[in-house]
Amino acid sequence: MSQMICREVSLGYDGATVASHVSFTVEKGDYLCIVGENGSGKSTLMKTLLRLRQPLEGEIVLGDGIRQSDIGYLPQQSETQKDFPASVMEVVLSGCVGRSDFGFFAKRKNRITAHDNMARLGICSLASRSYSELSGGQQQRTLLARALCATEKILLLDEPVAGLDPHATEELYETIARLNRESGVTILMITHDLGAVMRYANRVLHMSATPTFYSSVEEYRTSMAFPLREGGVS
Amino acid sequence: MKEFFLSLQDYFSYDFVWYALIVGVLVALCAALFGVILVLKRFSFIGDGLSHVAFGALAIAAVMNLTNQMLLVLPVTVLAAVLLLKTGQHTKLKGDAAIAVLSVGALALGYLVMDLFSASANVAGDVCGSLFGSFSILTLSRADLWVCVILSVLVIALFTLFYHRIFAVTFDEDFARAVGVRASVYNLFLAIITAVIIVLAMKLVGSLLISALIVFPALSAMRVCRSFKRVVICSAILATACSAFGILLSLVVSTPVGPTVVAVELATFLIFSLTGKLLRR
Repeated sequence: MSQMICREVSLGYDGATVASHVSFTVEKGDYLCIVGENGSGKSTLMKTLLRLRQPLEGEIVLGDGIRQSDIGYLPQQSETQKDFPASVMEVVLSGCVGRSDFGFFAKRKNRITAHDNMARLGICSLASRSYSELSGGQQQRTLLARALCATEKILLLDEPVAGLDPHATEELYETIARLNRESGVTILMITHDLGAVMRYANRVLHMSATPTFYSSVEEYRTSMAFPLREGGVS
Repeated sequence: MKEFFLSLQDYFSYDFVWYALIVGVLVALCAALFGVILVLKRFSFIGDGLSHVAFGALAIAAVMNLTNQMLLVLPVTVLAAVLLLKTGQHTKLKGDAAIAVLSVGALALGYLVMDLFSASANVAGDVCGSLFGSFSILTLSRADLWVCVILSVLVIALFTLFYHRIFAVTFDEDFARAVGVRASVYNLFLAIITAVIIVLAMKLVGSLLISALIVFPALSAMRVCRSFKRVVICSAILATACSAFGILLSLVVSTPVGPTVVAVELATFLIFSLTGKLLRR
């Protein structure tokens, strides 16, 4: 059974529709890239999947034992976070906040979870450093560790490599691919980087077309929706 | 210096001095804790706007000759806080503009009402008192003391109990909502508590100076501390120390309480800014 089914969903806010007839299915272990121009509704789709907004039409069905709280999120960085006084440990720990258990043992368990996820992403040595003083790549790893504290099943990533230098970009892509491959984390990622789509994804959702174009990467490569020779496919 | 301590010893034999100290410290502590959140959420000016609303409400309550002015001032301020935090998110009148409209509007109406209808012989004195803090902090009754103690303890308890959730919502509201924290409830709770703190703090520093209690400890702490926990602890300590020192200083040198406390907070902020600059070099 599929983890997530999106049927004929229309997206928008304040009465304005930004995308309509969005349909796709996500299976366990998929690596789905969401592409499309700015304003085509990619971020709105993500917020709708997270139930931060309601779809205007259509339905989003979760299956395969997935609950809403099993969907983790790596948002784009906000302005306020740039000078926010918080240690890496505090940020990663805040991923555990959705777990409703209180008390001393829960606190200890959360710290262990946070520590394990920091180890997975190689940021243990940064635990007591200030989040705002880290490099862009380190900040994204911190937020990724936080998302993993919340769930191991599905991760939504909103342009995770925006603003990173080529080396950090490469490292982050590899980390995400490893989580997908080795831990079976389902990945839904918004990106403008078609090279990465071709290299890592197995499915593509193209938001600029109406109805949106959903296919495997192979079909996408040969289809009309793929702008030929754009974006340096390797 | 010796005389300073001798006169302090005299003061400590009076109940009203103890009342003022207890209330002053508790209010400053609450303001500092929630000030950290307000500053980090870029809501510093909400405190300022709300205090003007509280002034307007206080003027109306005074003119209506209410025996318990809190009964009018508190609900009006809470309502304004809820409206302001709601409009901050997505409306046509942007957050900061809405605050400006509300705060100058309330300030002007408050003074007008007082000027037109007040039976008092000294309107200017009354207005000045409620804007910059009067000596009402030194004339607290035992009932005032208890109301203040209970509310402050409640505010501090809520802060510690929900500390982790408060951090998550302040750092990243979208993420917190995505993992199932009901952020809108927290925002409402933030609005109500901010309003309560402002109404409590009016007695101490007057409505024009309340923002100082909210922003200074948090900003000073952020100059030198690099984690959220340390910022919270440091601003709590600073608020306690500054308000106690400010109140005592004002008694000894006979200056108005509110401005003295704020001046002490400002001096601390300057010292911490300098320290922060030196540390980072």
